[in-house]
Amino acid sequence: MIRIPLRPLARILKARDMGENPDAIENENIRRRHVEMEDRARTRAEGRILVLGAFFICAFTLVGGRMGMLATSMAAEPLASATGTTIVSQRVDIVDRKGRILATNFDTHSLYAQPPLMVDPVAAAKGLVAVFPDLDEARLIKDFTGKRKFVWVKKRISPEQKQMVHDIGDPGLLFGPREMRLYPNGRLAAHIMGGASFGKEGVHAAEVIGVAGVEKQFDGYLRDPANGDKPLQLSLDLTVQAATERVLFGGMKLMNAKGATAVVMNVHTGEVLASVSLPDFDPNDRPRAPTEGDPSDSPLFNRAVQGVYELGSVFKIFTAAQALDLGLVNPETIINIRGPLRWGKFSIKDYKYYGPELSVTEIIVKSSNIGTARLALQIGTKRQKAFMNDMGMLDPTPFEIVEAAGGKPLLPKNWSELSTMTISYGHGLSTSPMHLAAGYSAIANGGHYVSPTILKQNGPQYGPRLMSAQAAAQARVMLRKVVTEGTASFGEVPGYHVGGKTGSADKPKPRGGYYDNKVISTFAAIFPAHDPKYVVVVTLDEASVFTYGEERRTAGWTAVPVAAEMITRIAPLLGLRPSGAPQGSSGIVLTSQ
Amino acid sequence: MTEMVHGAIPDRGGDPILPKWWRTLDKWSMTFVLALFAIGLLLGLAASPPLAARNGFDPFHYVERQAVFGGAALVAMLLTSMMSPTLVRRLAVLGFVVAFVAMALLPFFGTDFGKGAMRWYSLGFASVQPSEFLKPGFVVVAAWMLAASQQINGPPGTLWSFILCTVIVAMLILQPDFGQAALVLFGWGVMYFIAGAPMLLLVLMAGLVVFGGTLAYSNSEHFARRIDGFLSAELDPTTQLGYATNAIREGGLFGVGVGEGQVKWSLPDAHTDFIVAVAAEEYGLVLVLIIIALYAGILVRSLYRLMRERDPFIRLAGIGLVAMFGVQAMINMGVAVRLLPAKGMTLPFVSYGGSSLIAGGIAIGMLLAFTRARPQGEIGDLLRGRR
Repeated sequence: MIRIPLRPLARILKARDMGENPDAIENENIRRRHVEMEDRARTRAEGRILVLGAFFICAFTLVGGRMGMLATSMAAEPLASATGTTIVSQRVDIVDRKGRILATNFDTHSLYAQPPLMVDPVAAAKGLVAVFPDLDEARLIKDFTGKRKFVWVKKRISPEQKQMVHDIGDPGLLFGPREMRLYPNGRLAAHIMGGASFGKEGVHAAEVIGVAGVEKQFDGYLRDPANGDKPLQLSLDLTVQAATERVLFGGMKLMNAKGATAVVMNVHTGEVLASVSLPDFDPNDRPRAPTEGDPSDSPLFNRAVQGVYELGSVFKIFTAAQALDLGLVNPETIINIRGPLRWGKFSIKDYKYYGPELSVTEIIVKSSNIGTARLALQIGTKRQKAFMNDMGMLDPTPFEIVEAAGGKPLLPKNWSELSTMTISYGHGLSTSPMHLAAGYSAIANGGHYVSPTILKQNGPQYGPRLMSAQAAAQARVMLRKVVTEGTASFGEVPGYHVGGKTGSADKPKPRGGYYDNKVISTFAAIFPAHDPKYVVVVTLDEASVFTYGEERRTAGWTAVPVAAEMITRIAPLLGLRPSGAPQGSSGIVLTSQ
Repeated sequence: MTEMVHGAIPDRGGDPILPKWWRTLDKWSMTFVLALFAIGLLLGLAASPPLAARNGFDPFHYVERQAVFGGAALVAMLLTSMMSPTLVRRLAVLGFVVAFVAMALLPFFGTDFGKGAMRWYSLGFASVQPSEFLKPGFVVVAAWMLAASQQINGPPGTLWSFILCTVIVAMLILQPDFGQAALVLFGWGVMYFIAGAPMLLLVLMAGLVVFGGTLAYSNSEHFARRIDGFLSAELDPTTQLGYATNAIREGGLFGVGVGEGQVKWSLPDAHTDFIVAVAAEEYGLVLVLIIIALYAGILVRSLYRLMRERDPFIRLAGIGLVAMFGVQAMINMGVAVRLLPAKGMTLPFVSYGGSSLIAGGIAIGMLLAFTRARPQGEIGDLLRGRR
């Protein structure tokens, strides 16, 4: 390109000579350059617009081609759109350890109205009130004749009710499918099942969500359509659960208790075969959570895992077992139990005077607080705390229902030597009956920790070792002696060799101190004692019974007979044969009584 | 004589407005736009009754609204297309200022309709999304600046327009509305490209876009989820994309039949973002290809006419408008067929939506005004030996 100077001197001089304005030449040059520049810009723009156009053509071709490919390919899931909105997938069934149904689904219908479609709203309302007497006729008429276009009438109706509504014959009354969760066993294992309710609701379907118990804990699994044919199998045994519940209910009434709980656990696997908390409820019609009063008095409260209590003397066997394990004592070691045992301004007393000294076995059999406290002093605070921690007594149980996390043990703020002594006989540390069952399982299975579980297991699930097999065996002998010659003499079930330990703990007042006429009575039993398979923990809340001219509240008179009856009923169900204990080999000597 | 031979259409001063408008208008593009609008109404009849049922309105509530807004949009389009480019520019600059202020005040007076992004003003009977109106205004203002910078001794318009673009993009990202932000950025980029961006800079900018996308991906959960959904090879049939893909498959070549489609019941955005899935299901591939052809037709015709345009401002503004229009349609349909990650963007003129429809009408009106035939100095070209 040849650049033309904006003010070419020769032309300007000439123009001046002619008397013209030389600026015109400059302007003319500027204009020409401008035109050239615009031409250049336009040429470049033309090329680039072509590029842009090509880009768009390619992009649209790509979209169109892809659309064509998709349209001519096979639909991956024709059903999903062919049948419209599908009903929310079936919730997985829950079965017991032998495959018997605990929770399943039931197809019902919801009833709604679309007033614009109604032929005779008033007659329809009257017809509905005839079918459902709890509906308010005036209100229905108002809804049906007003401006509303959609009215829910009933969320769940039975097939019979559906037919009756059908017979009203109004096109504005419509039904939507509703899948509902059904617990065919009613109240059985209510606290374990928890319950389910509707989540998101639409006309065509409603989502069923678990609200408590295993239904909530395993909600994700139960809702996953991929698990449709794989029911959730629990460790519960329906028959054992039923027998436990029946006996416990009878016992609770007989012993005038306001609440009761029982746990049956397999000592090798930690499987819970039955877990009862009374009073209970019907998960098919789960009551609302109480808004006032003590939540622990509500039927929804699961005493077996949520209720933490000072369980009393049942803890003594842990102290004895630890002392045996550490080699501090043997079962025959004589301990001075002269009392009261003074510690600062506190003194520890026994229920009654047992003499100046007892062997370790006799301390357990007679349930001496002073003797156990002396054992605890030998063990020491640090080792006791570690042992309790290893047994899982300081944390909520890993039991797989949502409520278990609420059963957080209450620990002393400052674990002093005094605490050590009181905890040794079950005061100052509040745990749930489930914790206790896991602890007794360790003694019963030869010293292994097992974590309580609601899911069916295959074979033993031993955790870390808590004590030597020998210490566990010696502790079992003591437990057996508690039944044969100690506080739990009502616990003997012929042929099943029950061993166990009683506990009668004064109930703490909400504002500190203890009631002197309210106790939590507990019996933790293992059976058969020479080769334990199961642990049964029975706890009665405020039980008292009038026998032999006396008001009796200790566990030996209340919880123990209930547990004995329970074992009588469930041991055959569990497949245990009644038998005589093998003589000699297990070290159990049935002394004369 | 020369003019008669070479087919130039002279600008006859004092011509009556309507005949002149009709004579110089790109009638094909306008026909295509009207066809798109008609298709939009047709699909609205199919796609919006479920939404109306959910919100408790008459089944065709949204179709009626669409017709009303569409009528307004068409009037706006016709009026705008009758204006001269200079008048368009003046009004657009004013409109831009108003929309810009409105958008700046969104955080104080706006509403998010519970969708998590402050984009709307609620007027009771309707809602207004200022960013929809900002887009065409911005294109005109930026084109004006870019064109001015090409003048000898012109202002540094490129820099100005870039700063303006950055501010608007930042405001949109803060809402957050990544879709509109990307559109504005894209529109400016295309205009800058046509105005003669250096090649090196173009490469650099492409890199920047990639970098920005990565940044958004790692910092915004909203954004990351959509990208992840796109990248995962397994398509969950219960996601929006899954339903859309299934619907296209169900439709096949000729569709399942009018009113027989099911996807509209499952997709919450069937009437806006996934309208093309409804089209594909009920009317089949045929209608989708027609829709694509209509958009491509508008694009090609406008680009062709703008290629011959001599005035840099008109050229740039027209290109910016048509590019935004085209890319919006492309992204919407690209999402439905899973070529692009899910991004809420309406299909211009077809999707339901008041603001987007009226703003789209104004934008297309501007485009039609810019692509009207006018003397391009063809004689001068000939005399200077240029084509």
